[in-house]
Amino acid sequence: MTFSVEIPLLILLIVTAAGAILVKDLVSAVFILGSYSFLLALVWAWLGAVDVAFVEAVVGAGLATILFLLTLFGMAPKDIHVHRPSSSWPALIGLPLLGGLLLYAAGDLPELGNPASPASVHVSPFYLENSMQHTRTPNVVTSVLMDYRAFDTFMETVVIFTAGVACALLLGRHRV
Amino acid sequence: MIHAYDSVIVFTLGRVLIPVMQLFGLYVLFFGQYGPGGGFVGGVILGTSVILSILVFGLNESSGRLVSRVLHGDGVGLLIFAGVGGLCLIGGGAFLNYADLEFPGLDVASRRYLGILLAQIGVAVDVAVTSVSIVLSLAVTNEEEDSHV
Repeated sequence: MTFSVEIPLLILLIVTAAGAILVKDLVSAVFILGSYSFLLALVWAWLGAVDVAFVEAVVGAGLATILFLLTLFGMAPKDIHVHRPSSSWPALIGLPLLGGLLLYAAGDLPELGNPASPASVHVSPFYLENSMQHTRTPNVVTSVLMDYRAFDTFMETVVIFTAGVACALLLGRHRV
Repeated sequence: MIHAYDSVIVFTLGRVLIPVMQLFGLYVLFFGQYGPGGGFVGGVILGTSVILSILVFGLNESSGRLVSRVLHGDGVGLLIFAGVGGLCLIGGGAFLNYADLEFPGLDVASRRYLGILLAQIGVAVDVAVTSVSIVLSLAVTNEEEDSHV
């Protein structure tokens, strides 16, 4: 495993995440968040999750940026510049403690690509071995999402439909 | 209403790029079984290309009426997905078990393949229409607030 690209990528990820939180102008924050999503897509691709990287690049860096920008353009100019209160002392003590706890717990995570990790021994081998005979679909991600776990995907589609209907009702599309 | 952006560069690039985007979205949608992608990403790319064409060329009377009529079919994609599941029920199986789709002359694997494809088209239509409708409703609200100021 080479560290020439990955370490700067992860550092850039942290820098853009902090920048999106700390910057005063919300339009700048939206664009920094878009670049954060793009870097996150590169990280997913590095980890081998190409489908997730694709979704992250298209939705996170593309569609979400448009939606955030259109929302900001509908706001009054005084609301676009935010004044952040200084952090309180419970946050300054508690958050590093939480971060240390998570780092401590991360030591027990299985190694990346370990075939004996709990995620790789339960149902994944069945999908990987049978996807081609069952569904003639080489991309196992698609066959899991759309066939083996089709009910989950159906409910996700219902969620998207509900979001569209709620936006149309709240924002008054019937006056188009 | 959104007005067209008055710039030759944006016009020309939009005229070239938008068909390429739509072609790429269709490729991602129909090639999701062989490579990365699928219904969700393909739908978002198709919806984004429509959003880009609205932002570049504006929303005049005729196309605006067409777009709003298309948006009345907000649940068509969901209906396609649920309809595939319902066809499985009619075929005598469980909901969304594509092996029971009643297509004559196809073996079980091909039926599942076809079921996955139809369900992905449903997801893509739903996602594309929903993204365009959210952007349109946000833009119309902005326009109304502008006219009050």
